[in-house]
Amino acid sequence: MGPYRMIKVENISFAYPDHEGEPRNILSDISLEINTEESIAIMGHNGSGKTTFARCLNGLLRPTAGRILVDDLDTADESNIIKLRHRVGMVFQNPDNQIVSTTVEREIAFGLENLGTTYETMHAIVDEMLDQFSLSHYRRQPPHHLSGGEKQRLAIAAVMAMRPRYLVLDEPTSLLDPGNRKAILKIVKSLHQKKSHPITTILITQFPEEALYADRLLIFNKGRLALDDKPGVIFQKSRELEMMGLEPPLTLKVHRMLKKYIKY
Amino acid sequence: MAFLTDISLGQYYPGDSFVHRLDPRTKLLSILCFMTALLISFEPIVLIGFSILTLVIIASSQLPLALVLRNVRPFIWLFFLTIFVHVFLTPGRLLYTMPLMSLKITYEGLTLGLIYSVRLVLLILLAALLTLTTSPIELTDALERMLSPLKRFKVPTHEVVMMLTLSLRFIPTLLEEAQRLKNAQVSRGASFEGNVVQRIRSIVPLILPLFISAFRRADDLALAMDSRCYTGGEGRTSFRKLVFKSADYLVLLAVLTSLMLLIIF
Repeated sequence: MGPYRMIKVENISFAYPDHEGEPRNILSDISLEINTEESIAIMGHNGSGKTTFARCLNGLLRPTAGRILVDDLDTADESNIIKLRHRVGMVFQNPDNQIVSTTVEREIAFGLENLGTTYETMHAIVDEMLDQFSLSHYRRQPPHHLSGGEKQRLAIAAVMAMRPRYLVLDEPTSLLDPGNRKAILKIVKSLHQKKSHPITTILITQFPEEALYADRLLIFNKGRLALDDKPGVIFQKSRELEMMGLEPPLTLKVHRMLKKYIKY
Repeated sequence: MAFLTDISLGQYYPGDSFVHRLDPRTKLLSILCFMTALLISFEPIVLIGFSILTLVIIASSQLPLALVLRNVRPFIWLFFLTIFVHVFLTPGRLLYTMPLMSLKITYEGLTLGLIYSVRLVLLILLAALLTLTTSPIELTDALERMLSPLKRFKVPTHEVVMMLTLSLRFIPTLLEEAQRLKNAQVSRGASFEGNVVQRIRSIVPLILPLFISAFRRADDLALAMDSRCYTGGEGRTSFRKLVFKSADYLVLLAVLTSLMLLIIF
């Protein structure tokens, strides 16, 4: 354990040359700190840079300016990369495209195999994860026998098997139906609130209802961090949100309309 | 299109027989030995021995006989061709002359044709027995372990097996997608019927989007694997332990000695 545990984002920008060779900024000058055991939600319109930001957190992408420190690890340092990815787990949008193995139990073991975990420990952790994510009865099944929600549960279990400190979820529910969406959100919540091994969750989402669960909501707009506050506070600013192509949760909208049209 | 609806991969038939429980490496090695033996021996007596052996394996694998024999069916035309070619084109003692075109049937031709056909049948049956009693995952495990000595010669064995595993993983996914694309095309009036040329033409609008999406999936998958600390075979441990049991040693010993004896005599 380092002297502090947090993600420090220091003035990062990310740019890549467009087809005319001009640099195009995806992220510009973002600074923030993410403390341990915080739960964060990130929202923003398409192309606002939220996915790019997430991919900078575990070193999949390296900022073109500024730096990110995860605990004491600089993401720009190539020698940190395995440690970094071990600490910052990542779940992607499409469950089909992130499942590597041909059976459920092996999928959970995949990350552990990569880390060189011993046979006994690996099996203990796999059993624990199968149990925790209620996938035990599928353990020897191929992943294509699972439903979309179950596949995404498997994807989360497979990342959690590596015992990350931070879990980044990039729109994990956008391809699921409402029931499964709720189930996944519940899992994310429970991971964050777990007493024995609480982790920092960073959830990118399109659904304002999902952002409500977080302690803190970051709104990205055109590559900049536009708002950073409690979700309850941010959703009051409906005018600002609308200008950034976002909407408050339905319940809040209804509440506001009722207030407008019905005189008490 | 039947190939799109059947997404059970391979033909593994789960079971708990003696053959099922053998180490996949034992099975793979034995099959290789059997195939070598079959290809080097011409004696009818050896073939009879192998036929009995194959029947014994089928019996001890507790597989339905029809299921095993079904594998031979697609090759029936090949047997006819083999027999036909040998029967009529091998010179030797004359048995019978067909009145038409004066085709000659010879004794040597008949025996050779039969020997080659029986060999083919046995080869197919043995290969089928391997895939029926061993799941694709066990096979890739066995391959990775058996190929691992090649690592010393800088052969990327882990990577090759990883590619195999990923194909196994993604074939059902891509088949599903192909079916979806096909339905989308059909619902817009596309037709997958007609003669061969028409059918091949109609496949193009299916293959193209499938390819594009496969590349996109590959991109995503690479990111996901990177995120989970995948760095290739170096320093990797394995979820499955393959352990030779005494049965494996016995089977291998028997197989190898018989192969030796066959080669010597």
